[in-house]
Amino acid sequence: MGSIVLKDVNKKFGETEVIPPLDLEINDGEFVVFVGPSGCGKSTLLRLIAGLEDLTGGQVNIDGKDVTEVSPAKRGLSMVFQSYALYPHMTVRKNIAFPMRMAGIDQATQDAKIDAAAKSLNLTDYLDRKPGQLSGGQRQRVAIGRAIVREPSAFLFDEPLSNLDAALRVGMRLEIMELHKKLNTTMIYVTHDQVEAMTMADKIVVLQAGVIEQVGSPLELYHKPRNKFVAGFIGSPKMNQIEGAEAAKHNAKTIGIRPEHVDVSKTEGTWKGVVGVAEHLGSDTFIHVHETGLDVGEGDLFTVRISGNIEVSHGDTVYLTPQMDKLHKFDAQGLRIE
Amino acid sequence: MAIVAQTSRFSRIAWPTLAWVVGLIFFFPIFYMVLTSFKTDADAVNPDMLFSFTPTLENYANMTDNYDYWRFATNSVIVSVFATLFALVVGVPCAYAMAFNPSRATKDVLMWMLSTKMLPAAAVLYPMTFLTKNVFGLFDTHFLVILVLCLINLPIVVWMLFTYFKDIPKDIIEAGKMDGLTTWGEVKEILIPLAWGGIVSTALLTFIFCWNEAYWTVRLTTIDAATLSKLIEGNRAPEGLFFGRLSAVSTAAVGPIIVLGWFCQKQLVSGVAFGAVK
Ligand SMILES: Nc1ncnc2c1ncn2[C@@H]1O[C@H](COP(=O)(O)OP(=O)(O)OP(=O)(O)O)[C@@H](O)[C@H]1O
Ligand SMILES: [Mg+2]
Repeated sequence: MGSIVLKDVNKKFGETEVIPPLDLEINDGEFVVFVGPSGCGKSTLLRLIAGLEDLTGGQVNIDGKDVTEVSPAKRGLSMVFQSYALYPHMTVRKNIAFPMRMAGIDQATQDAKIDAAAKSLNLTDYLDRKPGQLSGGQRQRVAIGRAIVREPSAFLFDEPLSNLDAALRVGMRLEIMELHKKLNTTMIYVTHDQVEAMTMADKIVVLQAGVIEQVGSPLELYHKPRNKFVAGFIGSPKMNQIEGAEAAKHNAKTIGIRPEHVDVSKTEGTWKGVVGVAEHLGSDTFIHVHETGLDVGEGDLFTVRISGNIEVSHGDTVYLTPQMDKLHKFDAQGLRIE
Repeated sequence: MAIVAQTSRFSRIAWPTLAWVVGLIFFFPIFYMVLTSFKTDADAVNPDMLFSFTPTLENYANMTDNYDYWRFATNSVIVSVFATLFALVVGVPCAYAMAFNPSRATKDVLMWMLSTKMLPAAAVLYPMTFLTKNVFGLFDTHFLVILVLCLINLPIVVWMLFTYFKDIPKDIIEAGKMDGLTTWGEVKEILIPLAWGGIVSTALLTFIFCWNEAYWTVRLTTIDAATLSKLIEGNRAPEGLFFGRLSAVSTAAVGPIIVLGWFCQKQLVSGVAFGAVK
């Protein structure tokens, strides 16, 4: 069990309101990702749920119980920190055993759980080492092991992979997703990497300056961003946002078209531009086009993504045609127009 | 290239030489004290006998015969040990709170605590003596000496512990909170094991400061709680100084602490470097 409900939760540090009152519902077994730019309050929100920060106002409910005044340990949640936060003076075995020792679980049960966790996390050979003698990936596994053995009602992850190198990240990402499938426990995962958000989440919460901009499944956010911020934040490369006359043609303040929804031709099309840089990824090509005559904001950059390869080079003229059914429209407030 | 090589050769020789010179300057009084302790009182004041004299153990024999060195030494040990212990018992929770739950006033409080060390002790000599003697009746008790030594060292103790504790990542303490540690559990399971080296350094330094303290131990005691500092002081006879005797007493008084310091050198250096050496 692990449904979490936030009601009117807000947080001030001194005079600065980092999180204006917000409501959020997280269902049992869901994989929820908090995503947003740096400093937007993701960690703070997670820590409010964990009980590591006091609420300025509002209420946190876990499984229908008000836990606002309950200490972190008694909330039945496990947290995995970006820095791993292992106890450096204890062996891996003692680290994993620690929450069980605190809970007064008997030795035999402890040992059984440690062995099971170590096996599933490939840590069996390292149980007698100290954290200082482990690689980053192994440390992260120990931190996860320590979180698992408590059998929490929900896991909280604060950017757990951001200290790992790219290859390891992809691997650990899959391991965490497997873990979720296996345990079926609620997980809240903080990241500013929108690829992680898109691939892992059942539900994404997009935050900006402590405000929830949108809550939805990855595909909802991708296909129907509620506003310009979400449209720009979700998806890579970023959505092209066009203002001015071109937008007015569609009765909007701003129109948006994702790079992958633009067709490129060397002979004809709606818009015309000059190729700047072309990035060849093998499977895809990103073409950055200048001088389109469109009001795309500062930088005068329009990005196109084509699957496969196309022979274009710097300075070539290309024609761009947006796929009309994939066009996003936003009003003067930046809100989506259906 | 040539210049670089030259400067580095120069500094390879110059710095150690300078260090030795400074070291010897500091060491000389101690050396001279030990030397003098083996001279008769007459030889001690005779400039011709600076280095050439007939060594004698008379001063040391006198010391145990006449003054009961061991009682003073025992008092020194008792007050230093307990003052250090109490300072840690108060200092650890205090530094813990400041390091992990700082408020806007924390930095100021630390500065203020340190600033009390700038108060001239002489300024409070009269109230201290009057109050302890006539009001509280604590004059010349172990309790008083322990209390005073503890209090005058607390600022340094808190300051040192604070710098060590601050090096412990907050995440680890928070992980402990999530895992079910109480506040005392955090101190016992995480703080003390992780800052053990720093705590030991702090304790050693405090012990040394307590042992060497002379201003208050001399003035707030007569017999019962008198420490080795008082013993040295007491050997200043009105009719002039008996340098040989005084040197023997002093040597016996500072001897233990020098030996202690020698054995704990490494710990002390890292302690004084305030966590910079790790
Ligand atoms: N203890 C604190 N005291 C004062 N301000 C704080 C404190 N902790 C966080 N803040 C402020 O609150 C805001 C949100 O911080 P938070 O750590 O939640 O951001 P974040 O979204 O996790 O960012 P990042 O992606 O960089 O980790 C920031 O502006 C930060 O400066
Ligand atoms: Mg953060």
